Amino acid sequence: MKEITIEDVEYAARLAKLDLSEEERKSMTSQLRDILGYVAKLSELDTDDVEPTAHVLPIKNVWRPDERQKSLNQEEVLKIAPKAHEGQIRVPRVLE
Amino acid sequence: MEYEGVIGLEVHAELKTETKLFCGCSTEFGAEPNTQTCPVCLGLPGVLPVLNEKALQYTVKAGLALGCEISAFSKFDRKNYFYPDLPKDFQISQYDKPLCEGGALEFFCDGERRKVGLIRVHLEEEAGKLIHFPDGESGVDFNRVGIPLMEVVSKPEIHTPDEAYFYLLGLKRLLEYLEISDCNMEEGSLRCDANASVRPRGQEKLETQTEIKNMNSFSGVRKALAYEIQRQIEVLESGGRIVRETRRWDPDAQKTLPMRSKEWAHDYRYFPEPDLVPVVLEKAWIDEVRATIPELPDARRERFIQEYGLSQYDSGVLTSQKAYADYYEECTRLHSNYKALCNWLMGGVLRELNERKIGIGELPISPKMLSDMVRMIDEGKITSNIAKTVFAEMAETGKAPERIVEEKGLSPITDAGEIEHVVEEVIEKNPKPVRDYRSGKEKVIGFLVGQVMKAAGGKADARLVSKILREKLKE
Repeated sequence: MKEITIEDVEYAARLAKLDLSEEERKSMTSQLRDILGYVAKLSELDTDDVEPTAHVLPIKNVWRPDERQKSLNQEEVLKIAPKAHEGQIRVPRVLE
Repeated sequence: MEYEGVIGLEVHAELKTETKLFCGCSTEFGAEPNTQTCPVCLGLPGVLPVLNEKALQYTVKAGLALGCEISAFSKFDRKNYFYPDLPKDFQISQYDKPLCEGGALEFFCDGERRKVGLIRVHLEEEAGKLIHFPDGESGVDFNRVGIPLMEVVSKPEIHTPDEAYFYLLGLKRLLEYLEISDCNMEEGSLRCDANASVRPRGQEKLETQTEIKNMNSFSGVRKALAYEIQRQIEVLESGGRIVRETRRWDPDAQKTLPMRSKEWAHDYRYFPEPDLVPVVLEKAWIDEVRATIPELPDARRERFIQEYGLSQYDSGVLTSQKAYADYYEECTRLHSNYKALCNWLMGGVLRELNERKIGIGELPISPKMLSDMVRMIDEGKITSNIAKTVFAEMAETGKAPERIVEEKGLSPITDAGEIEHVVEEVIEKNPKPVRDYRSGKEKVIGFLVGQVMKAAGGKADARLVSKILREKLKE
């Protein structure tokens, strides 16, 4: 497996919208390298005859009937938003 | 060089369930903002989504009707991206194990039957709704977040904007017949994105494609694709290269314009949704869904031709919407003059709907009223001419035809004495045509019959009028 570089960390940080300092980027790189190296040990196993795991629990087909439940009221919802106006949550405009 | 367009469409249809995909919040359109949300659809910590069985049934129903293979094993995945309309910062969607794969949509384009293959049909959740304000902020309404959204992805087998347009109409008609989506583009319950490329005609290999978004109507899709294909041809002709990018249709400028997405914004880092367990559908469950599929538009169109003796055209129009076809069949159960019923539906009812811009369900004329009226014509209780008045009155007031005839005194004059009286008056008032007729100009009779009908307010029986008139003119 390809070793983690500082560019990979920068890329992942950008996707996660994390602002990392130079020092953090360096330490993350070495930490991630260690973690992935440790997990890479799993690739030593032969998994040719093993079905890919989609879920860790041996359960399938859990669903509910299409019946209404009570929703939260508007006031409760807006209370947990940083900013609200006329029933809507207000956010900085994202262009596009 | 001659070029050929290559188009694939991604259609999103909101499913008509009572509640959202993973929680019991209402899906009703038009509620006050942020009144149909709960900790699950808001993505608050510690909640567990539970799949809505109806949404699953609807998606499988669509898959079966489209001839897809229903997956023996299916699962949900998280699609990760940041946008203010997405409270969890990921959308629950399906990545590598969609519910349905393959299949095809058949439709007519310029009178020719076309078949476009499908890649997949999958189930995912809607995002919220954003409204941009001039003060530099956006308002977010999370009522829509989590509404079940079915995505139908076509193969790039569409070649012209017209084909794309008729593909969409065909898919919309099918989903309406299946009664699984309202397919209302204005309310956003049906949306379409496209990818398009061009290649020299005859070439097998696909060229670089662009993705086109923000097409808010069927005709918008047609116009945007026509523009984009022409644009790409012009770029290639002038020696340029097509850049893989997402473009936005601007209906005011009538152009597609590049969107400002950064290249890395498309790394969605899909991974299996740990809060939902896999879906493994059994044959009995699928068969139950299959049993809910009604007669589909094409089959119904053929049957109308066979069973009611309608023309291809009439049958096509009447089956273009399930509601029209249901209305017509209800009429045919009440009265057996299929052709006349069809004519009144095509001419009278549909024209009325167009003029008023309403759906057939909102028209005050019920199938019973229309078939009663046609029966009255057939039994000679009203003339066809008077029927127009009765029809207009029914459309206006919703009164039964018998009652309108009675209230307005519209029964035909069948009393020979009464008609004779009118005929005599007309002969007196029109000496010249009468002289012409008597001197051998037989054609004038038409004019005179018309005059009598007019004087009788359209209520006289035309054959009787003609007979009496000829007799009187011999005198």
